[in-house]
Amino acid sequence: MNFLNGITLLLAYQLVGEVAVRLLGLPIPGPVLGMIMLFATLLIRGNTPEPLNTASSALLSHLSLLFVPAGVGMMVHFDRIAAEWLPITLALFLSTLITMVATAGIMHFTSGWLAPKSVGPEGSEGAGKDE
Amino acid sequence: MNEPDIRDIWVYLSASPLLGLTITLIAYGLAYRLYLKANSSPFLNPVLTSVVMLIGLLMVTGTAYSRYFEGAQFVHFLLGPATVALAVPLYDQFARLRALWLPITISLVCGVLVAAGSSIGLAWLLGGSLEIQMSLAPKSATAPVAMGIADTIGGIPSLTAVLTVLTGITGAVTGTRLFELMRIRDDSVKGIAMGVAAHGIGTARAFQVSNQMGAFSGLAMALSAFATALLVPWLVDLMGI
Repeated sequence: MNFLNGITLLLAYQLVGEVAVRLLGLPIPGPVLGMIMLFATLLIRGNTPEPLNTASSALLSHLSLLFVPAGVGMMVHFDRIAAEWLPITLALFLSTLITMVATAGIMHFTSGWLAPKSVGPEGSEGAGKDE
Repeated sequence: MNEPDIRDIWVYLSASPLLGLTITLIAYGLAYRLYLKANSSPFLNPVLTSVVMLIGLLMVTGTAYSRYFEGAQFVHFLLGPATVALAVPLYDQFARLRALWLPITISLVCGVLVAAGSSIGLAWLLGGSLEIQMSLAPKSATAPVAMGIADTIGGIPSLTAVLTVLTGITGAVTGTRLFELMRIRDDSVKGIAMGVAAHGIGTARAFQVSNQMGAFSGLAMALSAFATALLVPWLVDLMGI
């Protein structure tokens, strides 16, 4: 029952998010708004109900599977990608590396300057599967 | 006599969503095993391997993507609830998030601008068409957001979906090595960079390293979806495109 209740809760938040985005004409996708609302709910509640824990860890443990169907969509665009493969592949690859280096660098330095030192490097609980 | 023709079975199966769904799960299962066998080498990223296997299979059998997607959409659909589910690890990391909100905000805004600006600039330098530049611009945001933005700035939404997946794979494959080279050891820093640059696929990879890196990556992915939607159309205007 836990998994079913949890997934129902997730779908309900997504549904409310989708409806709100359309009603208010927001520029973000419904699931992202649903996530923000669920996060706010958890903050108010002060803990995570067990069914929600079960369902979310089940979904997130294989998050990468969910991107496979969109990735296979590449075959529809082979012609276009072949026609402009150099700008597409180089810009995509280099820009992704540059973004990671820049973001990590900025986060590294700003967190050194701006964050209170009292917070340790390890998360409090729930971090159980470090490599 | 009267043995069923293999082609009849194939015609039946390829008309039903069952096949697209099952081969997606089988391909991913195989890809994931291969990944574990190779000691979690990021080069055998399970998304990359299963996409390659599935495209190969569809091309060999002459199956159209739309036919495949009739089944695969059931997996694709779960991206929605999975995005909502990111609230849970986010909540678990709340104490650290609150302490780091200012550096996170600064890195996020800079990261989103770098992602869009560098992809437009590089594509332009290398002779890419305007359509390609605009399809690449939102590539670091999560697929549904990126597609919406591509549409508003003059890119091709379905191409953007693919470029987004490729970006996620690139980030997932190169990220951990890159952070090693930069001597960055803090999982919250790595997570933020991964989520900003490589959205959900990067986040999936981040969860394999640690829950903390995953939570920060999920947060960065969610917030950069907002930031991309707000900043990229503005940036495109600013660049005079």
